[in-house]
Amino acid sequence: MRRMVTGGFPALLRKEVLRFWKVSFQTVAAPVLSAILFLVIFSHALARHVEAFPGVGYAQFLVPGLAMMSMLQNAFANASSSLIQSKITGNVVFILLAPLTPVDLFAAYLLAAIARAIVVGAGVILAVAWIVPLPFPNLLWLAAFAFAGAGILAALGIVAGIWAEKFDQLAAFQNFLVMPLTFLAGVFYSVDTLPPFWQAASHLNPFFYAIDGFRYAFFGQSDVPPWTSLAIASATLCALSWMTLRLLRSGYKLRH
Amino acid sequence: MAVPAVEVRDAAKRFGAVRALDGVSLTVEQGEFFALLGPNGAGKTTLISALGGLVRPDSGSLRVMGRDVGADYRDARRQLGIVPQEVVFDPFFTVRETLELQAGYFGLRGSRPWIDELLERLALAGKAGANMRALSGGMKRRVMVAQALVHRPPVIVLDEPTAGVDVELRQTLWQFIRELNAAGHTIVLTTHYLEEAQALCSRIAMMKAGRVVALGSTERLLADFSERVLRVKLESGGLPPALAAGATRDAAGWHRIPVENAAQVESALARLRESGSRVSHLEVAEPELEEVFVRIMGRGDAPAGAAVR
Repeated sequence: MRRMVTGGFPALLRKEVLRFWKVSFQTVAAPVLSAILFLVIFSHALARHVEAFPGVGYAQFLVPGLAMMSMLQNAFANASSSLIQSKITGNVVFILLAPLTPVDLFAAYLLAAIARAIVVGAGVILAVAWIVPLPFPNLLWLAAFAFAGAGILAALGIVAGIWAEKFDQLAAFQNFLVMPLTFLAGVFYSVDTLPPFWQAASHLNPFFYAIDGFRYAFFGQSDVPPWTSLAIASATLCALSWMTLRLLRSGYKLRH
Repeated sequence: MAVPAVEVRDAAKRFGAVRALDGVSLTVEQGEFFALLGPNGAGKTTLISALGGLVRPDSGSLRVMGRDVGADYRDARRQLGIVPQEVVFDPFFTVRETLELQAGYFGLRGSRPWIDELLERLALAGKAGANMRALSGGMKRRVMVAQALVHRPPVIVLDEPTAGVDVELRQTLWQFIRELNAAGHTIVLTTHYLEEAQALCSRIAMMKAGRVVALGSTERLLADFSERVLRVKLESGGLPPALAAGATRDAAGWHRIPVENAAQVESALARLRESGSRVSHLEVAEPELEEVFVRIMGRGDAPAGAAVR
């Protein structure tokens, strides 16, 4: 059997990580700052909001959701913008001419996007820890949901980056799919407080499970049992990964 | 016998209604310096892209050093270094990083000495730490050459490598490529500078509308499709009838007399002297690939079967 991951994989992963790290002011610092602004504004505006969970203040409740929202958006942005930039500038040719397998490409873009998500997420939490006191999280749950959530959006980002031919197509993907799904995933509220229809709708949104589970890692409380969330998030990640690999194997929009 | 460096059999590729490759077959032996010529849109770049796996042919087979570019793509790509036609680069990285990453994609470790040598040979050593964005067009192109060579491929394909490169650097580049060829690398080249192809390449394929319309040694093509001519300008008198038969005269007053060898040059000059005409200017023009090219491209849709051997 052929090896699916070749000796070329580490170099591609390194390239993808360096790519965002070299411009970390816009890829890491900027999203951390936006998350802090969200937190300051919402926690002030809604300070008298009822406690989402018993014993958990609204500002506290917000932090994991905002961190996860930033992680999801940045995982998507990393994979999709790297691919579309390479396609539009034409330098994707250097990757396509190399003996890299579809699994190499998938794994490198996915893991680099997850790496950026984790750096951003850690940045958000560490930055707001000065303002909002948080309990020490359960690291296993934290890591599991960080990986699954960022992975889902990284895979989606790869698909969008392959599919889009222009930046505005990518922006459409981001504005009409990624943004609504992240905003409506229970970042700012507990979905238990929603009317039944919107509760049901939220449960169809895979991003909701990533956020709900991530919050569980901090508070030990959640809308949905964490194992259920993890199962759904992991299943979504697996399905999207399978689809992304098929797309890469087919050469769709990359090899003509 | 060694496997051919490049072996293409009946390769066909359509893009919508356009037959970019319309049954291309050709073989390049190891160690050759081979030119792929043709007007824009002839299918040269599509053929090169198919060798590198950037384009998937609809039918036919392509092999690099005996490795099928589809079924055995990883091995085939290790054998092949392509310098793409368009100048492209990744603006996030320096020259050295670009080369180190490219070596890494091929799973290579410890490429530093070779990368240093490439930088030196391509006159990029002083720019190793510079960001790709800061380079001139010619320098970017040389980085692309280095990228194609970073895994020391036995077969090197250059798609118009000298477009936009100044004369001095063009010489440096060809000197380097010649050395690589002398060291055993097979070189396949496309260019619009036909004199470059004539000077460098031992064999030539000409493509037109997705087909190979001529294929043969440079010498053979020149002998079959071009001729040596004696060009004279006369101060007084005209061409004697014996010479005027095969000759033509251009607007500037040059008479063009076909000659096969030096003896014929001598006898033509003797006839001119005998006729009393006085020669004011004289030159012997060697066969030119440009003439071959113009004739072959101009002669209607010759089927590939009519290719010269």
